[in-house]
Amino acid sequence: MKKVQMHKKVSISILVLLALSAPCCMAQEKDYCVECHKTLDGSAKEPVDKISHDVHSKRGLSCADCHGGDRTKEDFDEAKDPAKGFIGRPKRNEIPGFCGKCHSDPAYMRRYNPNIQTDQLAKYMESQHGKLNAQGDQKVAVCISCHDVHGIREKADPRAPIFITNAPMRCASCHADKEYMKDYSIPTDQMEEYSHGVHGEALLKKGDRGAPACHSCHGSHDAALPRAIAVGNVCAQCHSLTRDLFAKSPHKAAHDRMGIPECEACHGNHKIARTSDEMLGTGPGSVCEKCHKEGSSPYIAATSMKTSIETLKGDIKDTESMVKDAERMGIEVSETKYFLDEANNSLTKSRTYVHTFSKETVAGIAKEGIDLALKAKDKARKAIGEFNFRRKWLAAVIGIILLLAAVLYLKIRNMEKT
Amino acid sequence: MTELLIKKIYNWVDERYQVTDLTGFFTKKTVPVHKHFVWYYLGGITLFLFIVQVATGILLLFYYKPTAAEAYESVKFITTKVEFGWLVRSVHSWSANLMVFSAFVHLFSTFFLKAYRPPRELTWVTGSGLLFIVMGLGFTGYLLPWNELSFFATKVGTQMAGAVPVAGEYLRTILRGGDEISDATITRFFALHVMVLPIAAVSLLGLHLIMVQFQGMSEPLSSAKDPVKKTMKFFPNFLLRDLVVWLLILAGLMVLSIMFPWELGKKADPFAPTPFGIKPEWYFLWMFQTLKYIPAKIFMFDGEVLGILGFGAAGVGLVLLPFIDIWARREKRNPVFSILGVFTIIYMLFMTYLAYFGPQK
Amino acid sequence: MEQTKITRREFLNYVLGGGILALLGSAGYPIVRYITPPKGVETQASSVVAAKVGELAPDAGKIFKFGDKPGILINSPTGELVAFNAVCTHLNCTVQYDSRAKSILCACHNGRFDLNGKVISGPPPRPLEKYDVNIRGEDVVVSKTA
Repeated sequence: MKKVQMHKKVSISILVLLALSAPCCMAQEKDYCVECHKTLDGSAKEPVDKISHDVHSKRGLSCADCHGGDRTKEDFDEAKDPAKGFIGRPKRNEIPGFCGKCHSDPAYMRRYNPNIQTDQLAKYMESQHGKLNAQGDQKVAVCISCHDVHGIREKADPRAPIFITNAPMRCASCHADKEYMKDYSIPTDQMEEYSHGVHGEALLKKGDRGAPACHSCHGSHDAALPRAIAVGNVCAQCHSLTRDLFAKSPHKAAHDRMGIPECEACHGNHKIARTSDEMLGTGPGSVCEKCHKEGSSPYIAATSMKTSIETLKGDIKDTESMVKDAERMGIEVSETKYFLDEANNSLTKSRTYVHTFSKETVAGIAKEGIDLALKAKDKARKAIGEFNFRRKWLAAVIGIILLLAAVLYLKIRNMEKT
Repeated sequence: MTELLIKKIYNWVDERYQVTDLTGFFTKKTVPVHKHFVWYYLGGITLFLFIVQVATGILLLFYYKPTAAEAYESVKFITTKVEFGWLVRSVHSWSANLMVFSAFVHLFSTFFLKAYRPPRELTWVTGSGLLFIVMGLGFTGYLLPWNELSFFATKVGTQMAGAVPVAGEYLRTILRGGDEISDATITRFFALHVMVLPIAAVSLLGLHLIMVQFQGMSEPLSSAKDPVKKTMKFFPNFLLRDLVVWLLILAGLMVLSIMFPWELGKKADPFAPTPFGIKPEWYFLWMFQTLKYIPAKIFMFDGEVLGILGFGAAGVGLVLLPFIDIWARREKRNPVFSILGVFTIIYMLFMTYLAYFGPQK
Repeated sequence: MEQTKITRREFLNYVLGGGILALLGSAGYPIVRYITPPKGVETQASSVVAAKVGELAPDAGKIFKFGDKPGILINSPTGELVAFNAVCTHLNCTVQYDSRAKSILCACHNGRFDLNGKVISGPPPRPLEKYDVNIRGEDVVVSKTA
């Protein structure tokens, strides 16, 4: 009897104690960094406002996990105790090391995302930014310059400064600022040029995320100039077919020998203009003429390639207007349009194969296109012929009808005469 | 020799079915001849165009597919791949418009000639019914190609049906087969266009023709008082003349169908915004334009509702005209009706003109 | 002699008869041609005979006309026939079958699609529209997926 009573008392006490301690266990452990800083103003309060959408805080990390110190302590000195690892605000060119503390530690990062890269710091040290940073440059880009600080968003978040459609603006925030860049010997017109080129328009105006931003060619953490020898490889990431053709052509060896970048020599780097047939052959917009003299065999090849393409274009244009006529007349032209589309494909292909710089190759492909255009033209001609046939048929039928009406009328007259 | 053959066949039929009474009637029937004789052709023209519609409609039925997914493609198939498909479709579209026009001319000519006075009241009543059916055939048929114009014109048209008080919403839902123009709409419009309305038309037409044949053509008031009456035998004289007119109409129809082929248009996209300036077909335009000018609110009533009710009242008035015009019953002219008729024509023409050339709101 | 002379009435009747026959003929001919089903085309505008059975070897592709756009028919390395809309979803170039990589390539900007039409790499934002493939006798019929 006594033992049971004893057990009862103990269990009840335990329950009571648990119940009493529940509130404090249930409650969130207070983060005193946040608690204190949110009562402050201006730049001291800003981090608290921003961490709500920070990728680190979403994973349970907070101020002390980066800056050190003890977040459970309300007292200023205890919280910011250097013995507890408090670093405080790092100096600007210490920032890469500061972030790299975790981000280059694969064992640490694996706990949060097993697939995240951990080579950013190493790459940064090799980049133009990193090299200048190591020399003590205070203006050069560091992690927070691109990734923002305290309110860091993931790469896939369209609001992130590094989201591909936002990225060029981020680079331009320094690189297009003449005043900021005055101590460096590089131009500041890249953003201006890029935004008026095909890639800039595709990415920034049309939102085509397949188009390259600055880091697509220059690298992000390892940002630097590709150097002439690598330009071809960089462009070949997307334009591999064109590059392969170029690499097999006599131009590659010549460019390598002279140290001229492959694609850039004719197409530019930032302001890559929409290609036009004027760039080929001879004439005001020609790039061939920049190096090749009149009468030389490359000059002749250029002229010949231009002629093949212009002929094909002319045939396509003729056919197009004929197809439009037929369509207006109400004739079915979808099959004709199909061949015309195929002819336009040949035109695109012949422009691509210009990079073989072989007039025979280009002429061959242009001929395929010309044949298709002529096939389409033939069909269009037949379609218009069909329309003319219908009109003749109409005339015949009307003739019969009117003849019949006239005869009938005469019959009535004849009948009523009697 | 053919005459002998015809006579032989006739005798064979007559021996069995005693058709001589009927044929005798026909051979005796006469048509009055006077200065307004030419208007007698209009009914026949409308009938001819109706026959053309039925024939081309049956041919189109061979290939047309009445679903939202396939309608446009099937019409494209007819106009591009089927031999003479373009012709059948173009004739069907042109003849439809000509028939509506011809029906209106026939209506106005019989109105002004007061052909509706006794004993021909029911001829007028069945005729008004036929007019409504013809406009219904036009409205339902217009949706079937499922192109941009037809989709939105139907949307606007069925929207107006919703303005009828009390039953408006229900009526619109019944017409549309739901809340919006959809696949359900096309199937029921198809049923109406191909079965319901043609059966109704043929029935009323049958009555209408029997009545005309039995009672003969009405004489205008001006010549009814003439002591000396010129007449013409219906068979074969008037009938042959009718055929000449039909041949001329056929020639005109062929010219229009081939020189101005009916367009395929763009396939309807139910999720696209309504194109600017969308209008129903020309024969509904005068009503459409009228509704645009009615102010949104008249006293406490919704303007559009009043407009629809107005048209409804006009329709009822049209059908009951023979019973309203008591002067015509007494073989007397009343300038009110003549003025009303002229005013209606001018009004309809003017409204139609404004719909095309006026400010496009 | 009067009996051999054709009266005006009889003459008119002959011409009339001839005219009626001509009219019936010129109306009847189109009608007969119309109801004859057109050869070689599906009555459905949304399906097409892309190839003959056995025409394509395994691990090969063929461009065919589908409506007014190109389609691509592929005999996969395992012998399965698949077909897609051949218009690349990036900037509308015509795709091709790359038998070395066993995938569908768009040469314009190196877009790649797998044999389900899904994007593997490169700039295309959407997969290729997939079509249904059926064998009917000797014909490989490609049609829009219902």
